[in-house]
Amino acid sequence: MLQIDHLTTAKAKVSLDNVSFLFEAGNIYTILGRTGAGKTELLRALMGLNPLINGDIKLDKENITKRPIRDRNMSLVYQQFINYPHLSVLDNVAFPLRRQGKKKAQAQALASTMLTTVGLGDFLHRRPSQLSGGQQQRVALARAMVKQSRILMLDEPLANLDYKLREQLREEFPRLVADNQESVILYTTTEPREAMELGNTMIVMHDGEIIASGPPADLFAHPPTKDTASVISDPPISFISGFVRDQVLYFGEGQLAPSEGLQLPPDGPVTIALRPDAIEPGGAFTAKIGLSEFSGSQTIIHLDFDFGRAIMMVEGIETFKSGDNLSISIQAEQMMLFAPDGRNITLRDN
Amino acid sequence: MAKIVLENLGHSYLSNPKGEHDFALKPVNLTWEDGKTYALLGPSGCGKTTMLNIISGLVPPSHGRLLFDDQDVTSVPTSARNIAQVFQFPVIYSTKTVRQNLAFPLECRGMTPSKIKQRVAEVATLLDLDYALDMPARKLSADQKQLISLGRGLVREDVSAILLDEPLTVIDPQMKFMLRRKLREINRQTGMTMILVTHDQSEAMSFADEIVVMKDGLVQQSGTPEELFSQPQNDFVGYFIGSPPMNMITLEPNLGSLSTEAINLTKPLPAAMPVGNNVSIYQMGIRPEHIVMVDKESDSIGKGTIIKIEHLGVDGVVTLKLPTGVIIKAKTRKHTEMTLGDTFGIRVCKKNALLYIDGTLSSSLN
Repeated sequence: MLQIDHLTTAKAKVSLDNVSFLFEAGNIYTILGRTGAGKTELLRALMGLNPLINGDIKLDKENITKRPIRDRNMSLVYQQFINYPHLSVLDNVAFPLRRQGKKKAQAQALASTMLTTVGLGDFLHRRPSQLSGGQQQRVALARAMVKQSRILMLDEPLANLDYKLREQLREEFPRLVADNQESVILYTTTEPREAMELGNTMIVMHDGEIIASGPPADLFAHPPTKDTASVISDPPISFISGFVRDQVLYFGEGQLAPSEGLQLPPDGPVTIALRPDAIEPGGAFTAKIGLSEFSGSQTIIHLDFDFGRAIMMVEGIETFKSGDNLSISIQAEQMMLFAPDGRNITLRDN
Repeated sequence: MAKIVLENLGHSYLSNPKGEHDFALKPVNLTWEDGKTYALLGPSGCGKTTMLNIISGLVPPSHGRLLFDDQDVTSVPTSARNIAQVFQFPVIYSTKTVRQNLAFPLECRGMTPSKIKQRVAEVATLLDLDYALDMPARKLSADQKQLISLGRGLVREDVSAILLDEPLTVIDPQMKFMLRRKLREINRQTGMTMILVTHDQSEAMSFADEIVVMKDGLVQQSGTPEELFSQPQNDFVGYFIGSPPMNMITLEPNLGSLSTEAINLTKPLPAAMPVGNNVSIYQMGIRPEHIVMVDKESDSIGKGTIIKIEHLGVDGVVTLKLPTGVIIKAKTRKHTEMTLGDTFGIRVCKKNALLYIDGTLSSSLN
């Protein structure tokens, strides 16, 4: 169990601002946020690489805030995989064990087992430079995992890999870390799909703060704030300004918006969030097609309404011509409402 | 602006290539029309960057010819090719303002100040950077810096094509959407040919009118995103395009047809196969998007039990185990209503089940 209280780092371009959280062992926490949200700073602060001006770090109730880096029982895998170029793959992974004082034979045996787990059992005696990028990242991952640290931190570990390698390692990841039941695993990413897929708990960071956390599917269905909603979906959720008057919802300057099943707030401005699946072709609204992108399994259409821009996602291959007008329906069921201060104020009839 | 033709174009970094495997880019014929968007897609080391470097003139090809508007430019230096290039990381003059950054290429060419002013204003409007013209370029975000890199190419009126070498790598997912749209708008408004190099299939699909899929220096397939998705010419394209990859189910030759116990779908046995040829591998390729999950009692071609559910947001990926042990993946929007262990019927439209023989699409039998 890792507890952090009020972690704050010195003001910088990106700094932590009063971050508190309780991490449980055996859980995978994905930390989602844009570049500059404070994800890496959090990991570095935990590791002891970024000095704190306030706050405490407790590992199993023991305060380790002032403990030197090597005694913290933590491992960190960087985005840019780092291996020792002059050592074999086996010795790369055995290295941290040797430093812990293990005998060479024992260290190599443990390293060999770990490398087999990550699928590199056949490459023990190669140099890292003789491996592909994905394999090199697996060496770095094996070296971090072999220590059986209490805290395993991965800082955008797949960001520098090819798309397909990323897809493969994402698929393998739960199996790779399955033996680390005693560890807290922290995994940062800018990709919502990756965060949703890999985490038992997803943490959203913004401006150096943790702004939301919970099971990924719940957070996706009920993001507590607009800042959370704006990073949680790929393709992104669209935000349209609107208002409520006499219990009627309007887009923009006063175009009637659907609100079936929604309990509307009192009169005043609101932000209407449209999930990519809230918008469908055919209906009473008209939008101009800004761009239609076929992304593999679905078509993503950028729409220009009188009241703002929005993104629609349609299953399958659809051909829409840029510049054409399209009739559109909007489903209130996949809409959310946010107050001017950013709080999610969506209430639905039961 | 130009039509680009690759005529038997290939490259080996060795001075005396012996066989096919000595080529970083195996000789290929391709024609790229003026004004369209293209993507060179493939994993690291597939030859896509070599191809881009040949087009920009950084690498002289060892074989074949390169034509811009029917002019042979194979040995023309980069500086005379009128190519604009945007790289993975923004290249900007950080001490200069946005305006000075955009004006620099024109100043170097000795354009008059009034003409420069006009061009910079036009390009700034195109990029939505009007408001930032007098800001120091270093103050801008990564995506805005990439726009400036692009703008420095666009200000020149003589540009034949814009080459984009993984330009979205350092951009956050949310901003990628904006930038991709911007790139397409610029393509539409200026009519400039754009060539994008990427390893990201979804980026290639959404950007390009046509995609060249490459592997091991060989062009695997070149076509529209729709063609690559619905008619992948081989198992590599089926794997590389689409996420998750295409499901490949092994078929056995039986009584004149190809079938599997896993699902009730057969394909005719190819008649032209030589007798005694029992080394061929027959597979049925089905996209996860084309698998429809229906109630287990309803009419279907097979049944599967859910062993994994991945929540990806609006949609999800469900892994199904068929009674024979075959594992397939299906994409759905109903994943939030499903539970591990549930059993579903499976439906696939016949036209979406493609036959592959030894990894190659057998078009005649589909």
